[in-house]
Amino acid sequence: MKAAPKTETQADSDTSELLFDDADWSFKSLSRTYDAIERVALDDLGLNVYPNQVEIISTEQMLDAYSSFGMPLMYRHWSFGKHFARDEKSYRQGHSGLAYEIVINANPCISYNLEDNSMPLQALVMAHAAFGHNHFFKNNYLFRQWTDADGVLDYFQYAKKFIAGAEERHGLEEVEKVLDAAHAIMDQGVFRYRRAPELTTEQRQARKREIEEYRERTFNDLWRTLPDKEGAEEATEAEKEKLARRKQLHLPEENLLFFLEHNSPILDGWQREILAIVRNVAQYFYPQRQTKVMNEGCATFTHHYVMNALYDRGQIGEGAMLEILHSHSNVLFQPDFDDQRFNGINPYALGFAMMCDIRRICTEPTDEDREWFPDLAGSEDWRGALRHAWTNYRDESFIRQYLSPYLMRKMKLFDLTDNAEDSHYVVGAIHDEQGYRKVRDALANNHDPAHTDADIQVVDADLRGDRQLILEHSVRNGIGLAEDSRTEVLKHIRELWGYEVTLSGIDHDNGKQLYRTSTIEAEDGGA
Amino acid sequence: MAMHHFIDRRQNPGDRSLGNRQRFIRRAKAQIKDALNNSIRDRKLGDVANGEDLSIPAKGIAEPRLRSSGDQGRRGRVLPGNKEFVTGDQIKKPQQGGGEGGGKEGSEDGEGEDAFNFTLSREEFLELFFEDLELPDLIKTDLRATSSVTYQRAGFAREGNPANLDVMRTMRNSLGRRIALNRPDLDAVAAMQDEITALEDMTEPTAKDRKRLDALYEELENLERRQKIVAYIDPVDVRYRQRKPVPKPNTQAVMFCLMDVSGSMGEREKDLAKRFFVLLHLFLKRRYERIDLVFIRHTHEAQEVDEETFFYSRQSGGTVVSTALSKMMEVVADRYPTDAWNIYAAQASDGENFSGDSKTCSQLLAEEVIPVCQYYAYVEILDEREFELFGNPEAGAALWRSYREVAESRENFAMKRVTKPADIYPVFRELFLKQGEKA
Repeated sequence: MKAAPKTETQADSDTSELLFDDADWSFKSLSRTYDAIERVALDDLGLNVYPNQVEIISTEQMLDAYSSFGMPLMYRHWSFGKHFARDEKSYRQGHSGLAYEIVINANPCISYNLEDNSMPLQALVMAHAAFGHNHFFKNNYLFRQWTDADGVLDYFQYAKKFIAGAEERHGLEEVEKVLDAAHAIMDQGVFRYRRAPELTTEQRQARKREIEEYRERTFNDLWRTLPDKEGAEEATEAEKEKLARRKQLHLPEENLLFFLEHNSPILDGWQREILAIVRNVAQYFYPQRQTKVMNEGCATFTHHYVMNALYDRGQIGEGAMLEILHSHSNVLFQPDFDDQRFNGINPYALGFAMMCDIRRICTEPTDEDREWFPDLAGSEDWRGALRHAWTNYRDESFIRQYLSPYLMRKMKLFDLTDNAEDSHYVVGAIHDEQGYRKVRDALANNHDPAHTDADIQVVDADLRGDRQLILEHSVRNGIGLAEDSRTEVLKHIRELWGYEVTLSGIDHDNGKQLYRTSTIEAEDGGA
Repeated sequence: MAMHHFIDRRQNPGDRSLGNRQRFIRRAKAQIKDALNNSIRDRKLGDVANGEDLSIPAKGIAEPRLRSSGDQGRRGRVLPGNKEFVTGDQIKKPQQGGGEGGGKEGSEDGEGEDAFNFTLSREEFLELFFEDLELPDLIKTDLRATSSVTYQRAGFAREGNPANLDVMRTMRNSLGRRIALNRPDLDAVAAMQDEITALEDMTEPTAKDRKRLDALYEELENLERRQKIVAYIDPVDVRYRQRKPVPKPNTQAVMFCLMDVSGSMGEREKDLAKRFFVLLHLFLKRRYERIDLVFIRHTHEAQEVDEETFFYSRQSGGTVVSTALSKMMEVVADRYPTDAWNIYAAQASDGENFSGDSKTCSQLLAEEVIPVCQYYAYVEILDEREFELFGNPEAGAALWRSYREVAESRENFAMKRVTKPADIYPVFRELFLKQGEKA
C-alpha cells in the first residue's frame, strides 16, 4: 500500500535528515525510523514480512516473557515462576543482561522491545526482529510447514484459558502433576519427520465437545477386549498378536506425548488435552531449535545492512551508529575454544559470517569459490541468493551447503573427536584441503537436533498383559542417557501411562542392549 | 506503507508473573518453610519481617529431562580458533574429577547445583510466617501494612496540580521578573496613551506638538512590543505548593522480652518463644516509629543481655521468675521514663518457679509492672503431654495460678498456654482487636 508520488518525494527530501538525534526514544521517532527501515528492508533487500506489531514492555515484563519459553502468552506453571525468580535475581545482581527484544512467530508478527533501550538500540532491534526474524518466519519452509502463524496467538490464548479452567475444576495440584510430567518429555513430544495432525479452530471446538464425552467412555477400544489368557497359546500366536497390536497402536511412535495423549489407559479428556497443548507448544518451538544459526544470522545480517544503509544516507548520526556497532559486535563475539569465555559456537556469529560470505561469493568470488560454489560464484544477485537460502534450508543443511573453505579458514574451525574411553581427544580434521568436507559435515551434525537429541520410540504396550509400556532408545555412537535423568523421567511417564514403563538402550549399530531402566525396578529399589 | 502498530504495554498490570510466582512458592512450600524456620532462628527479632534471600534444596523443584550422559560414547565437536593443531594430533584430556573437562557438558540445564537461590519478598515471608500462627485475616492485613503516612508541606515546586497553585509566590516571582526585565508598567502606558489622546485632540497642534506626538507613537509601539515579549505571568513564575508524604508521627515504645533460660527450656521452647516475640514486635512496629528492644533472661537471677545471648546461650541454675520482673522495673526506672515511653512486655517460660517465689511475682506484677505497661503478655510453653494434663486453665503450677489471679483483675494482662505456633495468637487477641477497632 503506497500513496506513490507523495511517498517518493518525501523519501527524497528526508534522505539527508537524521531520523533521530536523541538517545531517548519517543513513539514519533520510533515510527519515523520504522518507516525508514521498512523502505530499505522491502525495497532494497526485497524482504517479505508479516505486518508488524511492535510492543514496548518493561523490564519485569521482559523477565516474565523470558522465563516462560519466551512467550508472554504462556499458560501458568510453577516452573516459569522458578525461572523468573532465578533470572530476576541474576539480573538485579548484574550477572546477566536482558535481551533487547523478543519476537513471536505470528501473523501479525509481534516484537517486544524493552523500554530501557536507547533510540539507536530501538532502531537496531526493529531492523533485527521486525524485519529480519519476521522475514525468516514468514518464508522459511520449516516454519511454513510446521507452524501456523495465523492461529498461534489464538491457540496460546486458548491453551492458557483451558489450563486455568482445568485448575479451577480439578485443582492446581492435579493440573500441575500432568504439566510436570508432560514437560519432562517435551523433547520427546515433537514429530521430527511427519507432519503433526494439526487441529483447526473448528476441530478444536469439536474436540472440546469430545473432551466432555471422554469422561464417560473408555478412551481406547482396545480396552474393551477382555483379557483371555489361555496360556496354551503358541509363541507364534503371541508374535502375531504383538504385530497386530503394534499396527493398531501405530507403533513405533517417536512422539511420546502424542502417543500418551491418544493411548494412555488412565487419562481423562482434560488431561489428554493438556498433553496436546504441551505437545503443540513443543512442536511450535521445534523449527526454532533447528534454525538458530539461520534465524539469528538472517536477523543480524538484516539489521547490519539496514543500519549501514541508513547511515550512508545520512539518516543515522555518527554517535548513534557507534552505539549500534558496539551492540552489534557484542552480539557477534565468538571466543576461541581455549578462551575462558568459550561456550560453544555462537549462532549469531556463525550465521552472520556465513551470510556475509554468501554475499562475498556472489560479488567477489575467488577461484576456490568458483570450484566449490559454481552456481553462486559471481552471480551478483546476492540478495536473491540469501533469500533463497533463508527460504529453503535449516541449520544442518545450510551449513552442509554453504560453509566455505574461506570461512573455515577464517574461523580456524577444527573437528575434535572425543571418545569417552580414551585419555586423549583426537583432532579429526582441520581447515585444510583434506579436512574441509569433514569439518563441514561435523559442524552440520552438531546443528541437527535429530542428530543430537536421543532417538526414543514407543515400541510396545501389552494391553492385555501387564500393560507395561516399552520404550526403546536407539543409541548412536555409544552415547547413552544419564541414569538419574532416566529414572526421574520414567516416573513421570508412568504417571501419565498409569502402569509400569521400561526404557532400553539398544545400540544402533549392533542391536545390543546397552542399558535398561524400569519403573518396576525403581519400585523394588525403594521398597 | 505497511500497516504497523506500536503498542505501549508498560502500563499493563504488572502481576502477570505473579501467578507463576505463587505456584512456585506453593510448589516449593515445604522446602521454603524449612529454610524460613532456620532463618527465623538466625535472624534478629526486628529483621524477621524483612524480605529474605533464601536458599532451598534444588532437588524438590528439579525439572527432569532426558539428558545424554557425558562420560560415554564418541562425540565429534567442531570448535573455532585452532592455533597449532594438525589432523591426527592427540590432546590429553583434563584430569578426571578436576571439575569441568575442557568445555565438556557438565550440567546441561545449568542448574546442577544443589541449592536454588531466590529472594522472598516481605509479603511472601509474612504470609508463610502467619500461616502457622493462624491469625485472623483482619489482623494479617493490619500487620502486613507498612507504616501509615500523612502529607506535610514541603516547600514549592515548579510543577503541580492547579489546585495547589501558590498565587502569592507566583505573583512575587512575576513582579521580580517584570522589574528585572524592565517590563513597561501599565500606569506608564496608560499615561502615555492619555497624553497621545490629548495631543491628537488638539485642534491646532504646533510643530513641536507634532514632533512630540510622533515620538510618543514610536515609544508606545516600543512599550507595547516589550509588553508582549516580557509576559505578565510567565510559566517560570508559577509555583505550586508541594506536599510530601511523611510517616505518621508516632511515639516510641519499648518492648521487654522476658524469658526463662534454665535447662528445661530447649530449642523447641525457644523457637516458640521467638515467634511469640516476633508477633508482638510486628504489631508494635506497625504503630510506633521507634521501638527499643530489651532482652532479659533469667534463671535464679536475671540479666539484661543482647539478642544473641538471649536466644542462644544456655545457663544452668534454678528458676526465680521474680528476678526478671525486678530487673525489668530497674531498667524502666533507669532508661524508660513512663511519660515518654509506651511499655510492652512479653514473657515466656515453661512454668517452673522456685517455690514461694510465685507469690512475689504476682505481687510485683499487680503493683509495679502492670501499672506501667500498656500490655503484658505471658505464655507458658508446654509439651503436648503436659498440655493435656493442664487442659483446664484452672489447674497448673504455682506460677500459673498466681498469674491467673492477676489476670482476672487486669485488662492489659493476657496469658496463655501454648504447645504449637497456632496457640500463640490468642494471647494477643484482645490487644490486636482493641487496636484494630481504633484504627
